[in-house]
Amino acid sequence: MVTLQINGQSQTIDATPDTPLLWALRDFLGLTGTKFGCGIAQCGACTVHMDGKAVRSCLLTIGSVGNRAITTIEAVGNTPNGAKVQKAWLDIEVVQCGYCQSGQIMSATALLNKTPHPQDADIDAAMAGNLCRCGTYTRIRQAIKNAAKA
Amino acid sequence: MIQNISTRRTFLKGSAAATATLSGGLMIGFAIPAGAQQTPKPTPYVLKPNAFIHIDADGKVAFQIPQEEMGQGVYTSLSQLLADELDVAFDQVTPLPAPPDDMIYGSPQRHRQSTGGSTSIRNFYTALRQVGASGRAMMVEAAARQWGVKPETLRTENGMVIDDAHGGRKLSYGALAPAAAKLDAPQNPTLKTDAQLKYIGKPMHRLDSPSKVNGSAQYGIDVRMDGLKVATLAASPVVGGKVDHVDDSKLKAMPGVQLVVLDDIVAVVATNFWAAKKGLDVVKITWDGGPNGHLDSKTLMAELRATAAKKGVTAAESGDADKALGKPGGPTRLDATYQVPFLAHAPMEPQNFTVHVKKDGTCEMWGGSQVQTTAWRAAATVLNIPPEKVTFHNFMLGGGFGRRLDVDMVVKATRIAQKVDGPVKVIWTREEDMQQDMYRPAYRNVMAATLTKDGMIDGWMHRIAGASVSARMSGKPPKDGLDKGSVDAATDNYYNAPNFRVEYIQAEPRAVNVGFWRGVAPNNTIFAIESLMDELAKKAGRDPVAFRLAHLDKTPRLKNALQIAARNAKWGEKMGPRIGKGVCAQWAFGTYIATICEAEVDTNGEVHVRKVHSVIDAGRIVNPDTLMAQVQGGITFGLTAALWGNITVEKGRVQQANFNNYRLMRINEAPDIQVEIVKSTEAPGGIGEPGCTAGPPSLVNAIAAATGVRLRELPIDRALLAGKSSV
Repeated sequence: MVTLQINGQSQTIDATPDTPLLWALRDFLGLTGTKFGCGIAQCGACTVHMDGKAVRSCLLTIGSVGNRAITTIEAVGNTPNGAKVQKAWLDIEVVQCGYCQSGQIMSATALLNKTPHPQDADIDAAMAGNLCRCGTYTRIRQAIKNAAKA
Repeated sequence: MIQNISTRRTFLKGSAAATATLSGGLMIGFAIPAGAQQTPKPTPYVLKPNAFIHIDADGKVAFQIPQEEMGQGVYTSLSQLLADELDVAFDQVTPLPAPPDDMIYGSPQRHRQSTGGSTSIRNFYTALRQVGASGRAMMVEAAARQWGVKPETLRTENGMVIDDAHGGRKLSYGALAPAAAKLDAPQNPTLKTDAQLKYIGKPMHRLDSPSKVNGSAQYGIDVRMDGLKVATLAASPVVGGKVDHVDDSKLKAMPGVQLVVLDDIVAVVATNFWAAKKGLDVVKITWDGGPNGHLDSKTLMAELRATAAKKGVTAAESGDADKALGKPGGPTRLDATYQVPFLAHAPMEPQNFTVHVKKDGTCEMWGGSQVQTTAWRAAATVLNIPPEKVTFHNFMLGGGFGRRLDVDMVVKATRIAQKVDGPVKVIWTREEDMQQDMYRPAYRNVMAATLTKDGMIDGWMHRIAGASVSARMSGKPPKDGLDKGSVDAATDNYYNAPNFRVEYIQAEPRAVNVGFWRGVAPNNTIFAIESLMDELAKKAGRDPVAFRLAHLDKTPRLKNALQIAARNAKWGEKMGPRIGKGVCAQWAFGTYIATICEAEVDTNGEVHVRKVHSVIDAGRIVNPDTLMAQVQGGITFGLTAALWGNITVEKGRVQQANFNNYRLMRINEAPDIQVEIVKSTEAPGGIGEPGCTAGPPSLVNAIAAATGVRLRELPIDRALLAGKSSV
């Protein structure tokens, strides 16, 4: 049994402490918006926030999280930056297949949390860990800039 | 917003709110049971609005979308076709995946449900407009009967039938639907004029986007239900190999897991993915690779080269190519070979399928497929039951790219599910996804061309050697040795060479399963054609764009696109050292696209793509914004392959396993991609693939301009570029 603070609620999960947060979210809590892509922190599809910072949940064990606040794509829209990023994504139609976009939005929101007015180099640094096989990068860059201005 | 993008049955069983949406007055409903007909044989297309359109009492509209949504935007674009002619408000529309049924949801041309080859708009542009118009006519007829007036005196607007002659009285489609659904569907409805169109041709917002930015979109991998087990698997790492020995002594110490051992597959079943993965990790499997267990890339590529040196079967011919080409070494003759490697699809959603083999002899399955009916039948075949006993809940795809035109993931999941009590979700690890792919074939192109004294193409020979995907899928060799799918675009002779021949020779790699991959054959043929065109331009002493334009008088739409692209990209401007621009002009998938890529090569040979300009003439367009997105994404997909894509084999085993050794382009490596659309009223062309095929040739031509080095094999070899500069 491991207790975590997820999306503002205390959740007790009947899983071993070595279970990655990704699979605790998906298989135990039904929060399937966080995606499995590679399992080795190479693609960023599993990105969530821990105390507002982007982390890859596929390698983060639930035993190591402690009391730190976890936010997932299902709740990031309740934060001002999360809502701005989601709106910016919709305004210029960033998504294609959409599978990576939960992770993209979590990384972009974490970027704005830290850097309210990111330059291209900031966007490169914050977003390079999130792969998109559909090739939505041009629009992701533009949407982040639009969200920063909103 | 789409709250539930699962199949009809799940939808009906879904939340109270969702059920309420459909419980009102049904009507133009889904009267046809899933899989009622399954024999795909061409018959005249019969308009069945009832199978596509559902309108409930308060005017909410659901469309059964026959094509698979995998990011290309068909939920939206095909809804635009239906909604425009039906005349309903677009914000009232919910797209749903159609159940498997070739006769109803297969394309009018082929009567087969398949989303591939950039065909959704080409095949359904007129058909779905007709379905929508037929549905609208049924609404008008129902209103006319109720009011006792002639239908031609009525008009429609946003889901209402309006009678202007009687004070503008109105009846809503929702109120009319029960009566309308009982009418015969008009088979030759009048379509709107171009000026009347409200949605077609407009950049409507995607209907699936809201659910994809808040995490609520459901893909196959997200399926959950009571009693669901989760499995992960290891299939034989060698094509044709078998399980030799399994040591599960460590697994026995783990509670609540089940080992499944089949001929060529070992799987561990648990209550969640992590437990299954941990379990499989401690199972020691020894494989018998069989005859393919010793093969490696060096051997496979040597075999490909040897096969490509032989004469092939003729795929297209005009004039006298042999005479015009003369002998190798002639003063105006250029001989070149171009080669491309095996490639993995690597969609972001790893392969998965959920299957419940039930004790009553039926089966239920959940997952995403580009070939709904083939997937549905594949499960039935494994279980040796009629397909009617299988219920398939189809889901959106986290990327298709051709990978899900195959159904091996359905077959494997069903075979495992036969050994499991209750529903089981079989999830492949990324490593399994990468190493058990159906790979884009490696191809070798043997080419020769000659020039006239005026610097125009005289003779042209293009021989394509590679595996036939159709043969692998069907198990039958290509008819008369010619796999037409492998020579696509090469046979079109869009540069109008007077003496022209294209040949094909089948070269099957024994240890690699081949599959369709975004861009299909033109990935290879366009790369070869556009590389040779650049080399010929150089031999003729002409500018690459001017040389192409000189050959495009009989392909004016491509000529026009190329002229615009050259202007947009400032072709001919002075570039800095080690920077070059490269061009690709192509006609494939019914679409003309001209692309200019600007790349910089650093002294280490590393290539940086700086900018891409594309101009596309795809005829009539349904959604210009999704079209641009497809071109941007396609170019990125193609550039990724050119820069890094390479699947290699050792001891019969694919060597690449994850994104650390099968690289995909990242945002910091992605160029700005500008797309301009040529306005046209010609028939619609395909858009999913053309960008992809334009990426690699425009890049290698840019590299040649920057460095003077002509790369004839992909992926690009940085060692050949280090220290090189054309300036």
